[in-house]
Amino acid sequence: MRHTISLLLENESGALSRVSGLFSARGYNIESLTVAATEDPTVSRMTLVTRGSDNIIEQITKQLNKLVDVIKLIDLTEGLHIERELLLVKINVPTSNQREEIKRLVDIFRGKIIDVSNNYTVELTGTPHKLDAFIKALENMKIQEVVRSGILGIGRGDKNLHL
Amino acid sequence: MNEDANEADQITGANILINSLVAEGVEFIFGYPGGAVLHIYDALFQQNKLQHILVRHEQGATHAADGYARATGKAGVALVTSGPGATNAITGIATAYMDSIPMVVITGQVASKLIGNDAFQEVDSIGISRPCVKHNFLVKDVKELATTVKKAFYIATTGRPGPVIIDIPKDITAHKAVFEYPEKIQMRSYKPILNGHTGQIRRAAELILSAKRPVIYTGGGVVLGNASKELIEFTRLLGFPITQTLMGLGSYPANDPLFIGMLGMHGAYETNTAMHQADVLIAIGARFDDRVTGDLEQFCPKAKIIHIDIDPASISKTVTVDIPIVGTVNRVLTALIKIIKETDKKPDANALAAWWKQIKTWKQETNSLVYNRNSDKIKPQFVIETLSELTKGEIFVTSDVGQHQMFVAQFYKFLQPRRWINSGGLGTMGFGLPAAMGVQLAHPDDTVVCVTGEASIQMCIQELSTCKQYDLPIKIINLNNGYMGMVRQWQEMFYDNRYSHSYVDSLPDFMKLAESYGHVGMKIDKPSDVEAALKEALAIKDKLVFMDIIIDDKENVYPMVAAGKSHNEMVLRPEGELA
Repeated sequence: MRHTISLLLENESGALSRVSGLFSARGYNIESLTVAATEDPTVSRMTLVTRGSDNIIEQITKQLNKLVDVIKLIDLTEGLHIERELLLVKINVPTSNQREEIKRLVDIFRGKIIDVSNNYTVELTGTPHKLDAFIKALENMKIQEVVRSGILGIGRGDKNLHL
Repeated sequence: MNEDANEADQITGANILINSLVAEGVEFIFGYPGGAVLHIYDALFQQNKLQHILVRHEQGATHAADGYARATGKAGVALVTSGPGATNAITGIATAYMDSIPMVVITGQVASKLIGNDAFQEVDSIGISRPCVKHNFLVKDVKELATTVKKAFYIATTGRPGPVIIDIPKDITAHKAVFEYPEKIQMRSYKPILNGHTGQIRRAAELILSAKRPVIYTGGGVVLGNASKELIEFTRLLGFPITQTLMGLGSYPANDPLFIGMLGMHGAYETNTAMHQADVLIAIGARFDDRVTGDLEQFCPKAKIIHIDIDPASISKTVTVDIPIVGTVNRVLTALIKIIKETDKKPDANALAAWWKQIKTWKQETNSLVYNRNSDKIKPQFVIETLSELTKGEIFVTSDVGQHQMFVAQFYKFLQPRRWINSGGLGTMGFGLPAAMGVQLAHPDDTVVCVTGEASIQMCIQELSTCKQYDLPIKIINLNNGYMGMVRQWQEMFYDNRYSHSYVDSLPDFMKLAESYGHVGMKIDKPSDVEAALKEALAIKDKLVFMDIIIDDKENVYPMVAAGKSHNEMVLRPEGELA
């Protein structure tokens, strides 16, 4: 099953490689991994999406907790939570029909056109499924570049991960 | 740190390092100098609180520090230079990591401004060591050095112990700061769990007292956690059979009637069969290693399993357990003993009596550790049995890796913890001799025996020179069969006798080699000479004795569970070999 795990870790050089090294050394999957400093600059927050049986996920959370740089973690999948991903996509729009089509699609998906050059760049946030659906809707267009941020997760309501 | 501190109060990073090690109570530092650590060596030269032991290869330094740690329970300390110094140390660090040995390794690094430039003798020591250390640190500011040393010792010696590296760029060892060693350290990201969950402990006690065919299975965690006393009390209180892993030997006396021997790939038949038939398994400080479990699908199929371990990640890693208890072994056992003593319920005496009878029947029926005692060649088992009888568990024994290691585990009767020192997890050939140096330095008045083979000993034989320099009177028992014995055994059993590159041609004359270093050399090739030669060697208290014992080159370790087979499918010694 797919699990989204949130971690707080010491914002030290090398902390990220300890996490990624653990995954490669033990043969675990990483579907997505994002990390950035929090409001406390000594702490980073990571959202990690992985896949595995219950046993593997249990091992992953235990092994992550064992890393000296990891302060705390929760498996968001165990409760109600929100996941979001950011997509930037650059699309060729040579004809006015295509420009109209893009504008309609961006409206429907509640995205934004953030750059207009000889192509359009669209910004869209949402669940990974929504971003997939948007890219699929562009099937007839020529996509020049796709950039996705990887998934961010946060628990709903009082389910918090903080020091 | 006081920025305005008087220049006169400031000392160099090299001196801060040494003062920090002294503050940690370090006695010995095993090392080898080189460019990046010259400031540290200069500071070592000008002090007399730490004794530096100059090894002949950095692998030797880490194994010696490891041996010291295993024999004392304190962290071993090694010091190596950057680049090749650090990479040579890696094998020893990985060895310590696999067996959870507390160790602090200081690696020199090129100067801060050169890092990343492919400088002379530069290697990313932090990156290379990451998968085989408990933690590692790169020191970026001399003001952080003392605190980093404190953290390194704290991490190495608490929780599930392990090696920690401190990588120190050369310029940091020359920079100056005021030395202040923190008394205590708190880390928000590192807080080992010490006390077991009381509810789980109560559930475990109930299951233990309801057992009809129980087995206590203990590992290196009992040794590392200094819980031998509690384990003995717990086991005798219940009267349950107890088996131990390779790493656990000694934490329960092998001459005790409740001890049913080592389990696993070369464990006794009755021991592995008891595991297979058990209804309650009490695993204590053990990690269900593949050499213990064999085929996981068929491991202890009838047992409810209780697992006591300090490392949550060890629990249900390979074998799913019914009652996990995370905590230090001695605290959890103390709590269990209290509950068992206070409750009215007693172990089922009738069921236990029948269980013991069954185990003894298995033992008599198979006699699985038997070997030919009438051979005209020296049998390695006979050497170890004789050593055991002569020394009565009162010595320290280190080993290398292979058949000889298994023969010690099967035939030497260890009566105390920290006396049996071997590389169990990583299986590092070359471990035995340098580890024995660490043990001998820690226990100068005790006898330290290194049991090895002609293949293993050559992997770190250069340390014979170190042994001479520091007058370490180690007794080396070289069980010489001309082969990498365990490799040959597998080739015989699984590769149709194709002995591919397991025969070691062009061996040195070990007696002359030992003598050339200034040691005593002995060569023994007749069974009738073994006992007298061992007595003679053990009586030499002030010199290293290298005993080259020519053994039967076809002898195999039995019984055996082939890799991946169920632990009750054991291969016994063919009857024909006993004639």
